[in-house]
Amino acid sequence: MARLVEYADRMGVARFCVFMGMDWNYEPTPEKFRQENDEVMQALSHWHHRAFGFVYLNPQYVKESLQELDRCVSDGPLVGVKLWVAKHCNAPELDAIVARAAELRAPILQHTWLKITGNLPGESTPMELAALVERHPEATFICGHTGGDWEQGIRAIRPYRNIYTDLGGGDPTAGLTEMAVRELGAERVLYGSDIGGRSFASQLAKVLGARISDEDKQRILADNFKRVLAPILGAKGITP
Amino acid sequence: MSGQIIDVNASLSRWPLRRLAWDEPAALVAELRGLGITQAWCGSFDALLHKDIEGVNARLAEACAASDGFLLPFGAVNPMLPDWEEDLRRCAELYQMPGIRLHPNYHGYTLEQPVLAEVLRQATARKLLVQLTVTLEDERMMHPLLRVPPVDCAPLPGVLTSIPDAQVLLLNAVRTVPRDLLRRLAVEHGVYCEIATVEGLGGVANLLEDVPLEQVLFGSHAPLFYPVAAVLKLKESALAEAQLAAVTMDNARRLLNPQ
Repeated sequence: MARLVEYADRMGVARFCVFMGMDWNYEPTPEKFRQENDEVMQALSHWHHRAFGFVYLNPQYVKESLQELDRCVSDGPLVGVKLWVAKHCNAPELDAIVARAAELRAPILQHTWLKITGNLPGESTPMELAALVERHPEATFICGHTGGDWEQGIRAIRPYRNIYTDLGGGDPTAGLTEMAVRELGAERVLYGSDIGGRSFASQLAKVLGARISDEDKQRILADNFKRVLAPILGAKGITP
Repeated sequence: MSGQIIDVNASLSRWPLRRLAWDEPAALVAELRGLGITQAWCGSFDALLHKDIEGVNARLAEACAASDGFLLPFGAVNPMLPDWEEDLRRCAELYQMPGIRLHPNYHGYTLEQPVLAEVLRQATARKLLVQLTVTLEDERMMHPLLRVPPVDCAPLPGVLTSIPDAQVLLLNAVRTVPRDLLRRLAVEHGVYCEIATVEGLGGVANLLEDVPLEQVLFGSHAPLFYPVAAVLKLKESALAEAQLAAVTMDNARRLLNPQ
């Protein structure tokens, strides 16, 4: 974490959001995701002034995921939910988790990717996220990686005002941010670094290099995520 | 940053699958100049799918000639086309290009096919630098009708053993060419690479652990990538002044003007 902060300082990143532990698992057992969340909370205990954390859950284990959500978010310091590739996100098992996250006012960051080479067995597409969101208009979602294939991902989530999109991950391909702003509005677009797979540099470039206004860059780099977190931070009495 | 940067990995004309903000030469030059880049080595996206390679190279040469020396042309050679040797000759003699750019995956040959060695031999005889593009976009999100896997560089050490004087610069190789192979190509065969596809925290510094400093160059992969990404990668790695100078300028200059 100290090394991460060192690079963040160099690149002008004041705060970041972390999740998942030191040893990632596609389908973590409850014991494993508890361990990963403990690692995140341990890191935050030293760096809470620089980072927020999301709880990592596995919808294959609904009961244990709900318990973990309460342990780490309701009763702990974490402020959102991270879902990765354990189960397609349009599955009914996610409903209870999403409903509880909405009660806690915790945003849900769902990894999405649309691969012509073939997705992982449980890996969600942005279309599947849209199907989940259709059932949960009360919750706040973040479409991880803008679906990877962003020209399709942006279209898939476009109708749903409670989905934000995360620019992180993938190459710094020109045009991504401009299309996201054009189709979703700048207020629904979030900067993400996707560290440690990517770099602050390549992902900041998606915002700093985009042909959008300085005001929109400010929204994407900071203001929008503050607004996403404001309800839960307010409920926890935390000043962003 | 000194503000003196040579970008060895840029392209002109249209990306086949979307319009790009900087796909007109004047717009590209303005954007790169604004980032402190003083020269850009350019191929043409037209070379990927066009069969009239001479037409592609003529337009590339014309666009570069109109840029007051900012854009330097690297013409395409497609050795799967009849009489490709004439394209190579024109790159060297007619257009006075410093090098050529190869796209084995788009042109449909592997590096173990004898024709690659022949291209390298003829280019080397003409003192042309050879840019070999490993990949252009993420294989996972390619258009379903234009799926082009990255170039497999495993045969390259064997090819270069027989042509030790060849000057080869790999484009978009980092993260795609296996780390051990890239190190071997650099250390044992003098191959160069550039930073456009470098990733990970402090990625350029990490690359310098594998590839000698003298063989790492600045590349942006503009206009397909936001070109500021490569500039920010230099900043993220906090390189020493001498390292920065080597990557951004000195190595490219030396490559164009060998002693």
